[in-house]
This record gives sequence, structure tokens and C-alpha cells, in this order.
Amino acid sequence: MEMPPLDPAILDRRTEIVAALRAIVPGEGVIDDLDGMRPFECDALSAYRQMPLVVVLPETVAQVATILRYCQDNKVKVVPRGAGTSLSGGSMPVGDAILLGMSKFNRVLELDYANRCARVQPGVTNLGVTKAVEHEGFYYAPDPSSQIACSIGGNVAENSGGVHCLKYGLTTNNLLGIEMVLMNGEVVRLGGKHLDAEGYDLLGLMTGSEGLLGVVTEVTVRLLRKPSTARAVLLGFPTEAGAADCVAAVIASGIIPGGMEMMDKEATKCAEAYVGAGYPLDAEGLLIVELDGPPVEVDYLVERVAEIARGRGATTIRVSNDEQERVLFWAGRKAAFPAVGQISPDYMCLDGSVPRGKLVEVLAEMRRLSKQYGLRVVNVFHAGDGNLHPLILFDANDPDELRRCEELGADILRLCVRVGGVLTGEHGVGIEKRDLMGVQFTEIDLDQQMRVKCAFDPDHLLNPGKVFPKLRRCAELGRLVVTQNNIPFPDIPRF
Amino acid sequence: MTGTIKPRDAKELRQAVEWALGEGVTLDVRGEGSKLALGKPMQCAQVLDLSGISGIVDYAPEELVVTLRAGTPMREVEALLAQRNQMLAFEPPDLGPLLGLAPGRGTLVGAVMGNLAGSRRLSAGAARDHLLGFSGVNGRGEAFKSGGRVMKNVTGYDLSKVLAGSWGTLAVLDEVSVKVLPAPDQTATLMLLGLEDAAAVRAMCAAMGSPHEVSGAAHMPGRTALRLEGVAPSVEARLKGLRELMADAGAKMEELGTLESRTFWREVRDVAPLNSGPDEIVWKISCPPTEGPAILGRIKAQRPTARAFYDWSGGLIWLALPPSADADHTLVRGALGATGGHATLIRAPEAVRAAVPVFQPQTAALVALAARVKESFDPKTLFNPGRMG
Repeated sequence: MEMPPLDPAILDRRTEIVAALRAIVPGEGVIDDLDGMRPFECDALSAYRQMPLVVVLPETVAQVATILRYCQDNKVKVVPRGAGTSLSGGSMPVGDAILLGMSKFNRVLELDYANRCARVQPGVTNLGVTKAVEHEGFYYAPDPSSQIACSIGGNVAENSGGVHCLKYGLTTNNLLGIEMVLMNGEVVRLGGKHLDAEGYDLLGLMTGSEGLLGVVTEVTVRLLRKPSTARAVLLGFPTEAGAADCVAAVIASGIIPGGMEMMDKEATKCAEAYVGAGYPLDAEGLLIVELDGPPVEVDYLVERVAEIARGRGATTIRVSNDEQERVLFWAGRKAAFPAVGQISPDYMCLDGSVPRGKLVEVLAEMRRLSKQYGLRVVNVFHAGDGNLHPLILFDANDPDELRRCEELGADILRLCVRVGGVLTGEHGVGIEKRDLMGVQFTEIDLDQQMRVKCAFDPDHLLNPGKVFPKLRRCAELGRLVVTQNNIPFPDIPRF
Repeated sequence: MTGTIKPRDAKELRQAVEWALGEGVTLDVRGEGSKLALGKPMQCAQVLDLSGISGIVDYAPEELVVTLRAGTPMREVEALLAQRNQMLAFEPPDLGPLLGLAPGRGTLVGAVMGNLAGSRRLSAGAARDHLLGFSGVNGRGEAFKSGGRVMKNVTGYDLSKVLAGSWGTLAVLDEVSVKVLPAPDQTATLMLLGLEDAAAVRAMCAAMGSPHEVSGAAHMPGRTALRLEGVAPSVEARLKGLRELMADAGAKMEELGTLESRTFWREVRDVAPLNSGPDEIVWKISCPPTEGPAILGRIKAQRPTARAFYDWSGGLIWLALPPSADADHTLVRGALGATGGHATLIRAPEAVRAAVPVFQPQTAALVALAARVKESFDPKTLFNPGRMG
């Protein structure tokens, strides 16, 4: 993974930059020794590591603003970091950039049940929001699998999803407002406890911008009332196509389940060996369908889903009869990644999204690619919204396996785009999929995105080396050569 | 005199913009023109009429997505979805009658450009939440795209969000993909009678915070309506639960069935209760739900003849004021105070809209940022110049 070349002038000024940061953030908030910086050298895409120039952990919005203004004035790059759980390298350090850690912003500021929202600092964990409100029967809907560790600020940056997105939306659909600091040190508020933007929807633009546009310092999220019941249905099919058909049929019948997950035979086997959830080992395709709502509705829908599954040739149909059993059904799915970790030294998790109707075709093609590259691929995915998580098994200590793994991953993502899907459904582009952006977008598409970046960060100082395969200077992007046309398009109807 | 240019496909659209760029011609971008009376009045050299780029490109009910061209009328989209028992969950309002036009006009992309939403905004989101992707032309005359046709997508910036609600000032779209959802089998409404505003908003917030999955909460003088949607046994059970919960409010209760409910909520969606006074000034105020009654109270203290109703559990106030030269904008925006939120002038004579800020004024930092975002799409200000002033 190639990163932009380090700027020797900045590296030479390290002592001065550290001193400037110490003047802004006193005490232990500035970390410049190697041992102290070690915990920050990578995020959850741990195959790639890099020491930052220096780590700074501010505690106040004013400090964040002063740091960014200093960096803007001195042309120093900045990598923002929440909890460092990005699977795409979104918060991987850059050698000539300050790592701006937001972990000290960890307070819940306000819980407003009447208006169904919570105002929190960005370092609060995703699960921390739910923990703060669950005694009143509320929760925060997006639930990425890293929810115990990942921060809300990071969720905003990545537009994080989870298993309940189909029914409850991603971060962007559950966010009411943020406060953020721009690269020039200006502090702006977008949204609040009310709905919709007064001007351009910059809140929506910020969500999923991967830390390239601004640093979030406060977040207002929408709270939902916990559904009164949830039940899960475990469905085993003799073919993957049968399982995929069932997914389409459930949705076509007008049912939007709280979650609808699929695992292939290999993943089912791993998960079962790891947690013993009672999964049928003969199933080629396993579905977990969760239905939530009032008990009478859940019972009614469970019956309808079971009926659809029977019609599609399901060989296993089991409905959870109590909360314990529901949790057990999920335990295998939730432990799928560590379970796969048991059978392989390393694995790479991909995140393409495809139209649901292409699932079977994509699975078959992945299998062919897997053979071609000589690497095993295990599949778990959010079938309800077509978001795949193929896991490629490899050994990182074998350079050739790592190379083949990267190539196979790239081929799988190209396949996703080819069938009408996208490179990433919820993990973000980061550094991982950066060089594949050209598969999905034209140069003009990417230039337009980079111009938006220029509106926020004209010197490309925020989170450099991420998302865009090659950064073009803002002055160059802004240049506009206008040619006058003498013939004003005679073919187009005019009146 | 203003001419009209009417491209027939994406290629002609790009050529038209390229031409306008070369000639320095500003464009009044429109579909069916149903929302022309909304926003700042503009002086454009040309009308760019998108109604020639029309039609459904692809509809896949089991994928929950429809792809269509920019000029496709909303009525066509809604009729198509209804055949498969699906809907646009954001409940786009038909503001035509409110703006003095016949009902049933307007395009889906027009609703997206205004980021419109009806009562289901609370539970299902606005147009912004349903736009999955688009292709179009920026103000540099370049064809570009963003997003896609899949439900979950975080590849690159979510430009769909910033396009939704941009009132045609950033780019001209030629095609969009929109998320659709199953239409509910049944709809019921629990009507609480005789509550004052503050008590009504308390009741609506309690309902929204309950597990009964209320999908609409509106209050008009004397009537507070709570909507339940879904499969029959569920609606029935939740209606019972909601009745029990609402017993505390001490109001007399009535129920509306599916057909009556649909009519009632369509009227709420289309702001029909304020249609009757064509000369009145109409404002839309978005605020934290619990602040609604205090905000309206401050306005009514100065304008006792004001008419209003609430949607979004109190977080949306539709307000009709007697005619005035300045639309009482200082009063309305002053009433918001420090509560957060915004007021948009929806209906007023052209001269009034020219004189006062139609959209909520923003802080200097945000104005500057928005101007830079605008420039990043449309550096020569070709598209709908000044409309969002």
C-alpha cells in the first residue's frame, strides 16, 4: 500500500511542531515517544502499520480548533482518529502527519427522551449511547459489530451500519446534528434536535466523509424505543440459490425484517465449531431472519417467513422461543469473524455491496476466483441489503499469500461493481479500497468529489492518502477553461 | 426575453449546459415547474426544461429500488409503485394546491431537490434518506455520478445528501435511483379530541417514545392524530396499547379506519388545512418537538389571527399569517430564539420573497462554507442563481 511521500521539511520541524502542540494541549495530551505512540500505529486494518509524526489527545473544542488552525497555518497534515476500529485503514497514521485522537471526548452531554435524542461527545462508544438510555427503554439503532469499542465520532466519519440497517438505516439516517471544526479552525454546528438542514445538507455530506472534511466534536443522535419483542428464525437450505431466493421472496412479500443474515456452508461450519449455536451443518446456505415489533406482529411475520422458506425448499426451520435462544442463533453469526480466525492465521474481510438479485451469481464467481488464486474464501453477509463480507483466508507471514490475497480481494470488488454494486457497503474506502476507486468512478466523478474536499480543506491536510487514488491540487481542480460554442446545438428542441 | 431549452437525453443535457457555460447564460432548471413559486425569485436567461428526459429506467420491487429519469412525473412513479404494493416512504407532499396550482403536478426529482417529506419524516426520513444515487451534469458541463442502486454504500462522499435539498443550485440531474418500501396493509388513526397545544405535543412525544411504532403525529386545533400502519393484527394490537397509554391525557378518543386515515394524512401531508386563505403568508418551521408550542405561542402573541397546525410530533409547524410586506420574518425567526431549528417561507407574493430571506439565515462560517460547496459544483453560478437566498 503506497502512501504519499513524506515531506522532509515537516519531519525536520518535528521538535518545533511537538512544542507548538504542547503549548496548546498541556500535560500528557501530547505523545511523542515511540513506546507511547505504538498503540496508535495502526487501526483494525492491522496488516498496515505506520508511526505518526506525533500523537495529540485534546480535551476541549477550543484545543481542537487551535490545533487545526496551527496545522493549516503551518501546512501540517492531520489524521483524525476515534477508537481506531476502522477496517479500511481510515485512521491509519501518516508518517508526516499529526494523529489527532478524540478519545478524551467521552462524555454523554444530554439525554432528551421527549425529543428522542442524545447529545454526546464523539469519543463515546456506539454501545455507550445505548447503555446510557436503555434503562428508559430506548436504544441507538446502528449497531456495527465493533459497537463495544467503536466511537460515535468514528461512526459519523464512516457512516457505519450494522445488521439492522435494512429496517433502521445507517448512521446518516439516525443522525440529527453535529458540531465540527474545519481545517481553518472555524467551529460550525450542523442540525440539532430538529429535522433537516436549513441550507445545503452538509450534515449528510459529512457523514461517511472518512475524516477528510472536518473533525467532529459533538454528535446528536436520534433515539428509538426498543421494540417490545424480537424473534429470530434459523433457516437452512440445500443450495445457496434457495437461501438467496428466500431473501428476495421475503422482501417481495412486503416484509422488512429487523435483520436478515446469510452464511455459506464453510462459515456455518466455522461458527458452529466456535460457539455451538446448533446450526445445521448440512445446509449450503444458512439464513438468520430477525423480526421485531409487537408480539402479535412478530408471531404473524415469523409464520409468514417460515411459510416462504418452506416454499423455497428449506430443510431446517427453527424459530427462537425465548430470548436465550434468539441470542444463541445470533451468537454464531456474531462470532463468525473470530471463528474464521481459528482456522486461518489471517483473514481479510471485504465489504462489497451488490443488488440482492445478483447474490447467487456473485457467490459462484467468487468460488471460481478462490480456486484460481488458491485461497479459501468464507462468506457471511447482510443478505437483506446485499452487503457481502467475504473473508479471504491467508497467512500474512507469506509475502506471496498476502499479495495473492490483495489481488483476489480486488478482483472480488471489481466483480461487485461489474454486477451493479459498489466497493464498500459500510467499512469505508480508507487506504484499503483507495486504488480501486477508478473501477467504480470515472476521473470526472472523482474530480467532483475532490472539489468538494477543496471546499472544506483547500490544502488537502486532513487525512491525506485516504479515499482518493491520486490527489489533485485544488487550484488545478478549480481551473475552468470555457470555450464558446458558435452553434448553440441546433438539434435540441428550443422554443 | 427568456427562451426554453428542452434536452431529450443525458447527452443533450450535457451539451445544453456546456453551451450555457460558453455563453455565460444562467439557467432556470425545472421539471414540471410545480414549485416555481417557492424560493427566491430568479432572473435567468434561459429555462432548462427537464420534462423531455422522462420515464422509468428500471424498477425492481424485490430490490426495493426504482431508477428513473429526472423529468418523470411523481404521479407516474406513484402509480407504478402502487401496482406492486410499494411506496415512497418519505411521503412526498403535493404542494401544488398550497402554491395556487392544480394538484398532481411535479416530478420526483423536484421533490428530492426540495428534500420534501410528509408525516412519515419522523419514522422513515425525508427524500434525502431515500436517494441512493444519481447521474447528472455539474456547472462545468461535465457528466458525473454518485452513489448507486444498492441499499448500503459508503463508497466516496455521499453527494446524494447534498444534492437533495439543493433546489437545483448544484447540478442538473438526469437520472436517479430511489429506495422504495412496501406499502402498509392497514392504516389506523387514533384521534385525541380537545387538547391544547402543549398537552397535545406532550401526548405526541409520549406516543413517539412508546413501542407502538407511531408513523405520524399531527395536531390541529381540537384534534391530535396518531397514525399506526402495518399488518392488520399488529395495527389492532398497537391501537389498543396506544389507547391505554393515551388514557392519561384525559382526552376523548376516536378512531379512523384505513380509508379515512389515508384521506386525513394526505391532507396533513399536502398542508390542506392552510389552503383556504390564498392571500395568507405560509411558513414552515422545523424545531425540536417540545419547543413547538412555545414558538407558536410567541408568534400568536403578536399575530392572534395566525393559523397553524403541527406535524412531526410538534417538530414541524405549518403557519399561516395575514399578508404583510415583510412576511413577519423577524417575528417568525425571532420566535425560534435559541432553540435551534429553522423557518422557511413557503408561500408569499414574489415581491415579498424578493425582499426577505426565504431560507433561514446562517452563521457567517456556514454561509462561506456553503458558498465554497456551491462553487465546487457550479463555479459560474449557472444553475438557479440566488434561489436559496
